[in-house]
Amino acid sequence: MSTIIKAENLTFSYPDEPAGHPPVLKNINLEIESGSFVAILGHNGSGKSTLAKHINALLTPTEGKLWVEGLDTADPDNLLDIRGKVGMVFQNPDNQIVASVVEEDVAFGPENMGVPPKEIRQRVDTALKMVGMYDLREHSPHLLSGGQKQRVAIAGIIAMMPRCIVLDEATAMLDPVGRRETVDTIKTLNEKYGMTVVLITHHMDEAAQAQRLIVMAGGQIIDDGPPREVFQHVDTLRASGLAVPETVALLYELRREGLNVPLDALSDEDCAAVLAGLLK
Amino acid sequence: MALKDVTLGQYFPGNSLIHRLDPRSKLIFTVLYIMVIFLCKNLVSYGLVLAVLLILIGISGVKPKVFLKGMKPVVFIVAFTAILNLFYTDGTIIWSLGFLKITQEGVWKAFFMVLRILMLISATLLLTYTTSPILLTSGLERLLRPLKKVNFPVHELAMMMNIALRFIPTLIQETDKIISAQKARGADFDSGNLMQKAKALIPILIPLFISSFRRAEELAIAMECRCYHGDEGRTSLRQLTMHGRDWGFLLFTLVLTAGVCVLRFFGL
Repeated sequence: MSTIIKAENLTFSYPDEPAGHPPVLKNINLEIESGSFVAILGHNGSGKSTLAKHINALLTPTEGKLWVEGLDTADPDNLLDIRGKVGMVFQNPDNQIVASVVEEDVAFGPENMGVPPKEIRQRVDTALKMVGMYDLREHSPHLLSGGQKQRVAIAGIIAMMPRCIVLDEATAMLDPVGRRETVDTIKTLNEKYGMTVVLITHHMDEAAQAQRLIVMAGGQIIDDGPPREVFQHVDTLRASGLAVPETVALLYELRREGLNVPLDALSDEDCAAVLAGLLK
Repeated sequence: MALKDVTLGQYFPGNSLIHRLDPRSKLIFTVLYIMVIFLCKNLVSYGLVLAVLLILIGISGVKPKVFLKGMKPVVFIVAFTAILNLFYTDGTIIWSLGFLKITQEGVWKAFFMVLRILMLISATLLLTYTTSPILLTSGLERLLRPLKKVNFPVHELAMMMNIALRFIPTLIQETDKIISAQKARGADFDSGNLMQKAKALIPILIPLFISSFRRAEELAIAMECRCYHGDEGRTSLRQLTMHGRDWGFLLFTLVLTAGVCVLRFFGL
């Protein structure tokens, strides 16, 4: 697999911050494989959203470099190319929908990229079908539910045919149903269409569904690995103000009481199986 | 709260001939028609112009009741104009009481002025009732495109209109929410004199302004992320095409304009 995103010694601080203030991102080294599903987990102020904005060249590093498919984000000439390769979905679905009809909004990205009208039509239809919003294509966005709006926003990104989609706390403002809709949609995109997904979140259960989990605190990467492994580092996670999934928390407490249970049972079923094994 | 039923520029989907016309031909018609209204001098020309409007409204299939509803906001202006023209026109006096007098000329003038305003409003309502806002803005953008040569920001203007239309319902929803939130905190919007009522709006307007600015910033970032960089090299999903019916409609508009000019020449 090839690398799609590569960061080297990336450091960032806001220019108007007083001297001596710690940088928002400190010395980040990161490589993300093409086609993978990566979750970035962190508390408020951990720098995870700042890192996401770097991937899309909305922010550029103060020191160090970040490349998207070999393109340096600091070079203004690469800007449109990079934004065509990395699409971004934000927190508030209301504030990222531009047009007053669903399909018009999905067409916005391809229109900006100068795609011929006939191809835009195809892309819009395909994108809307992929997120399951094709039937509502002529609706007005303000009549949709939060989860539906966020799916429209995702379709708007898919229609640009990016290599990678970054979701910056895209589920934070949604109700549980909307959250499930959104997470299911991006999982399908990753599994069926091989799109690289970077999911930024503070929800453990969402992070647990990724192939790789990066934990950030204080502008640094403090843990990186498959969710099963990362969640076993209960102490590290708790030290940076993050809770672990309830299943892991339960097993962790049992272990502290001296029981010999594994910590890597993430799903409810696995956890139940472990507990059943204990009772035998 | 009557916020939900704002009818300004509301679109009634349909499939009539008027609906299917290209927005550009409808825009040109509306502009010329408004001009024509002001060229009318006497009964014959007014009758002709009114007949054309009534026929078009008939073809559009939009209920006359809807037009009457759309005219509600101007009732006051219409009444004011009528009274002003009725009492302040010199000529043959037909009725007087103290310093008040009504002249024959005044009656006619008031009648024509009221007719003018009502026709003007119905014509613009016909345009907005039969054209979706999106088509309307893209039609406007195309029509004004030549102005780009003199550095007039045509695309930017159309984009602003689109975004404004997109956010009107969102901001209305938000206003409703803020009103409920302030009411829950004990705010009183319904009692007191005009001054107090105006003051009571401040706790609604300030949060609304702040959140609008935040929305604007987030939207700008989201648009940038989707490669928005002005209209340079931009294509469009919706392509406007002028059909035979559009050219026919434009020809009809020109004939109407010329006709009224001729009538005016003869003082009819």
